[in-house]
Amino acid sequence: MANSIFNEYKNKLPKKIIEDIEKELPKNISSSKLKIILEKVYQEYLNSRVEPGESIGIISAESIGEPGTQMTLNTFHFAGVAEMNVTVGLPRIIEILDGRKLIKTPLMEIYLTKPYSDGTDIKKIAQSIKQTTFKDFIEEISVEITEGIIKIKLDEEKSKGTDVTEKRLNQVLERVLKGYSIKKQEDTLIIKSKSKNENLGEIYRLKEKIKDVYVSGVKKITQVLPVKRNDEFIIITAGTNLKEVLKLDFVDKTRTITNDVFEIYDVLGVEAARETIINEVYKVIENQGLNVDIRHIMLVADTMTFSGKVNGITRYGVISEKASILARASFETPIKHLINASLVGETDNLKSVIENVMLNQPVPVGTGLPDLVTKIK
Amino acid sequence: MKKEFDLTSHVLVPKHILMNKKEVEELLEKYKITLNELPRISLKDPVVAKLNASLDDVVKIIRSSSTSGESEFYRRVVK
Repeated sequence: MANSIFNEYKNKLPKKIIEDIEKELPKNISSSKLKIILEKVYQEYLNSRVEPGESIGIISAESIGEPGTQMTLNTFHFAGVAEMNVTVGLPRIIEILDGRKLIKTPLMEIYLTKPYSDGTDIKKIAQSIKQTTFKDFIEEISVEITEGIIKIKLDEEKSKGTDVTEKRLNQVLERVLKGYSIKKQEDTLIIKSKSKNENLGEIYRLKEKIKDVYVSGVKKITQVLPVKRNDEFIIITAGTNLKEVLKLDFVDKTRTITNDVFEIYDVLGVEAARETIINEVYKVIENQGLNVDIRHIMLVADTMTFSGKVNGITRYGVISEKASILARASFETPIKHLINASLVGETDNLKSVIENVMLNQPVPVGTGLPDLVTKIK
Repeated sequence: MKKEFDLTSHVLVPKHILMNKKEVEELLEKYKITLNELPRISLKDPVVAKLNASLDDVVKIIRSSSTSGESEFYRRVVK
């Protein structure tokens, strides 16, 4: 009975409003009263919608910009955790909205599947994700100039607790060192060139190269940190590599995220990127104790992903997509735009706001939007 | 890898549905717009790649939204 009345409004009202009404409704309500309630809510909903022609872009810009002036410029530290910086505040907002490809502090939140999410082997798992290079496993590396050899002293302590064995280290070395022989003397490895005329500069270069040889873990993940959040263990990492992390089998592939919008775009698509923009911007604003309606941020995110790619709010991004030359010229580098436009003979249809402001004409906003149309029969 | 990761199961990825010709026409009529005015999505987008879509198809996206519960969005498939 009540359901059929609700169904009538399913297409008229947002799902959330209907759910809210259903929750608050007294148990034995008569269907006529329910109908009155729904009709009233529907009228109220229509009244609260944005009217066609409202300049929502400017309203959003002001609503984000004004509290934005209150934001701090500092980066702060992860509470109680050694050496983990996170970009927050205004720099982070700028970074996201500009659509920067390289962000200052890439970060991942890796969720785990059971039983690892309860904390089983959490340290070991975290360590296995972290990228290690050869220098993480050695005590000393030195060059003997007189003999033209490199001596490496391995440190067994450092490889304890990881699944990197000495054999694995040897394999890694052999792959990199072609044309060199590797000998073992007690706990030191001796690397010597097979050819007679080795040159010293090359050996020094080789030494640096050996230090940075990739050994284990996920590339680009430089730090790992297991933390407990809402009764489960997750791993926060510095550096992101979503694609590779999602291949690991102890990772919860449905919830693991990164704060790098472009990485999300590459792996999960535009819609996920849009969602990330909203989440990341909102996180910053909330963090700073500011209050901005999320719909303003949604509008920005929608604009940034309109073209199917992620465009920053810059002259290379969103602005370059504008149809009007004058609108593009009014943003930044006007001469460049005007010259390019006149070179190819572009036309401006004067359909949007800013170009009409420039030409002192009615602006297609609000009451300036509708036109008179004559129907000729 | 043994098991291919299903990206549509990820929390950030909303439901994408390929629309048929009739639905597209109804949509354009409802909002009185042309196909060109719709927001776009790349054919190479990982989610679209799974849908077996072709150029100028329209994808209906059902987002879960914190303000309205659920909201529909449409994107035209472009290169």
